[in-house]
This record gives sequence, C-alpha cells and structure tokens, in this order.
Amino acid sequence: MPRVRFDRVTKIYRRQSRQFFWRFLVERLGRRRAEPIYALRDVCFEVGPGRALAIIGRNGAGKSTLLSLVAGLTVPESGAIDVEGRVLALLELGSGFHPDLTGAENLRVNAALCGLTRRETDERFDEIVEFAELADFIDEPLRTYSQGMILRLAFSVAIHAEADILLLDEMIAVGDMDFQRKSFRRIREMKQEGRILLCVSHVPEILKELCEEAIWLESGRIVLRGLAEEVIDAYASGAPLYEGRL
Amino acid sequence: MRPRNYGFLLACLVARDFKIRYRNMSLGVFWSLLNPLVLMGVLTFIFTKIFPPAGVENFHVVVLSGLIVFSFFSLAWQSGTMSIYGNAALIKRVPMPRELLPVATVLANGLHFLIQIGLLLALALWAGYRVSALWLLLPVIFALEVLFVCGLAWITSALDVYFRDVRYIVESSTTVLFWLVPIFYSFAMIPPEYRDLYQYNPVAAVVLACRAIVIENRLPPTSLLWKLPAVSLSFLAGGYLLFRRLRRNFADYL
Repeated sequence: MPRVRFDRVTKIYRRQSRQFFWRFLVERLGRRRAEPIYALRDVCFEVGPGRALAIIGRNGAGKSTLLSLVAGLTVPESGAIDVEGRVLALLELGSGFHPDLTGAENLRVNAALCGLTRRETDERFDEIVEFAELADFIDEPLRTYSQGMILRLAFSVAIHAEADILLLDEMIAVGDMDFQRKSFRRIREMKQEGRILLCVSHVPEILKELCEEAIWLESGRIVLRGLAEEVIDAYASGAPLYEGRL
Repeated sequence: MRPRNYGFLLACLVARDFKIRYRNMSLGVFWSLLNPLVLMGVLTFIFTKIFPPAGVENFHVVVLSGLIVFSFFSLAWQSGTMSIYGNAALIKRVPMPRELLPVATVLANGLHFLIQIGLLLALALWAGYRVSALWLLLPVIFALEVLFVCGLAWITSALDVYFRDVRYIVESSTTVLFWLVPIFYSFAMIPPEYRDLYQYNPVAAVVLACRAIVIENRLPPTSLLWKLPAVSLSFLAGGYLLFRRLRRNFADYL
C-alpha cells in the first residue's frame, strides 16, 4: 500500500557563493560555516492510500522542497521520511524533452524516465497519443508544437505511467477546458485505485476539487493542517492565524 | 524505480543523445566519417610531404587508428563531463538513477566510434592488411576504452557540479593529451625510459594495441595487456564510488 510519512523533517540550504571552491577553502581553514536557511523545519504529516493532500503557502515557503524530498531528489538534514510506492514527480512537465526530436521519440524517452518498460511503452503508445489528442502531429519535431501540445503530451505520458504516488506542482491546469476535465476525471480515477496525490497550486478551486486535506506552510513550518476547504479558505482570507499556531 | 527498467531507460537516453547530435544536418551521420578523414588527410600531408617521410608504410592508416581512438576519448570525456550539469532539469525534477546520464552520453559517442572503427578497418583492408584471428581482440580493447571513459566521466561530471572549473580542466587535458598520445608518431620513436609510462595511459595503450593487431599483425606486448584492463577497470570502479558519494547533493548545487 502506498504511503507518505514525514516525521520532524528539516531541510537546510546554505548560501552558496559563486566561487564555491574559495568558499570551501575559507570554511575549512577558518572553521566558519555559512548562515543556514531553513527550507523546512520539523514538518510532520502522513498521507495514506487513495488520499490527496494539498500544500499551500507563499512563494519560498518550502512547498517545492517538500515535493523534492518525497521524490528523493534531495536529502533532509534531519528527520525521517518514509515513502512506500513508486513516486512520479510532475514537478515540471516535459523536463526530458528535446525540441529537435519528434513527438513520438520524446514520448518514448519520457515514458522511460517515468519508469515504464519497453513493452509497457509499446503497449500504451497509442493510448498515450490518443489521450494527448496528438495523433496527427506525433511524428513532427517537438519545436513545431504549441506550448499546450507539449504539456498535453507530457501529462498524458505521466498519467499512463501508473505511479503509486503522484506529485503535481502547479501543473494541473493543462490544456483547454475539455482536456482539463478529462485529466481531472483520470486523476480522480487514480485516487479511487488507491494512489496518493500531493498537489501544489495557487488555484484554490483546483485544490478543493482534488484534495481532502491540506497543509499550509509558512517559512518552512506547518502553520495549519486540516480539511482542504478550511485550510485553503483561511489561507485565502489571509487570517493571521499562524501567529498563534506556531 | 524498479531495476528492470534501467536497460530501456539507458537505451532511450543513448538514442536521444545519438539522434540530436546530427539531426537537421544534411550530411547527418556522415560527419562521423568526414571529421576523421579530413584530419587524416591533413596529418598525412604534413608528415609525408613537409616533414621528411618517417619511413612508415601506409601512414594514413596509422594516423587514422590514433585519431579515432583519441577523438572518441576527447569528445566522450568532454560531453560526459557536461552530462550532469547539462541535464540539470532531469536531476532536479525526475527521480531516476543519475549515474546513467554520463554513461548514456559516453555510449552515444561510442556509436559514432563504432562507425569510425568500421572506416578504419575498411581502409586497412583496402591498404592490403589481412583479417586475422587477432582481430577478435579488438572489441575487447575498444570496450576497455569505453569503460575507462565512463569512469572518467563519472568523476569529472560529479566534480563539475561543485567546481564548475572542472570542465575547463578537462578541455585543457584533452588538448595536452593530443600530443601525449602516439597519434602521428609511433611507439618505436618514444625514448625507452618513457615507454612504461605511456602504457599506463589507457588511450595510448588502446592506440598501441590497435596498431599491433591491425597493422603489425601481432599480439600486443603482455605488459600492455594487463596494464590496460587494470587501469581502465580501476577508473571505472573508483569513478562509480566517487559518483555515488557526490550525487546526493546534486539537486541542491545545480
């Protein structure tokens, strides 16, 4: 069963000088370490199968860092992260795309990056193309695609990758109304199949529609946790709630 | 990620690197042949017409064997070094085994190398050299060079994330090595006291072995036959260990 659990997770970034080598020398010789910046501080939460969690907060509050930690892209300073199941990060759709390759070639590279095997990719190829509504253009180079077409292709590959845990960062609103409706339906189906969803977005309606629970991050700390409706409304009204909750 | 996927992922990454190199060029993959042929022509002209003839038969085959071995080494190492920085988008956003990226870049260059080896063997046959059982050793020797470059690329690509100067160190090193690898001179011209040292350089060792087999039709010296695998495989193992140590902070420094 897929599961995501954070237990007092803290992530620190240090200010990086451009001349890393010299800074490194100075630090080693002078025993001086750069001022730490807390990206996340003592964050605890748990998400079980079939649940969706919304993560809200201002820019720089630590939302993307949290998703990177779930995906295992970066390691925490302290605390325990327990992730069971295969994670698929839709942090930025189309990260592996190359403009000179055709849609079909990019599709295969991206499917492999999403963890599909050769056979799974071959089996689902037509389905992915059909979902992306790109049948007529799939053999054209990607640089001839519109932004919407590229996102549709990437999104379609990702939701056919059958990951247990899906991370969505600001990328839920893809394509036109029809495509969005179709994508939402597919995401809800995936939840019913027991998959976990973690969403970051600045669009409250989307979060309320997809998620049951939410956490509100402020400077790396969880300020408020609870039902998605309530947390999102509190955040939207800008209530100075967090003063008391810290 | 399930381990069984790595093969397909690696194949996809290699295909991507291979395809984008000459995509949209009218001559396409022929550039892989044209580049070494032009250099071969120039070097053959200089060392048979301008500098007095060195008394080497079929100088163009000798030069080409050095050239293709070296050009694979220098291109694969340089692009391998950039493979982590150049794929920052993947490193920061996609959970995947990161050690595949330098390997994929080196192997994509390896495909071009394969085409050039074909060219070399064709020219050798045309010049009158014969196929012998020794040729069966060639794939092993070239494979050792590929493994050596994979190891080097792991080391420099990982270090380049933290010290961006590494790419320029690599660039300068390949320029220096062009002269230190016997490309347009033969092993016999190297003073005896330096010969042992030369054999420890896997690129020079591959050139020597390749010439012994194709041109002189004899087994490469035994000292070379153990030094080449020993150095290549230790670089591969050392590179892998270093890469594994350094990769955990890649996403924070890119």
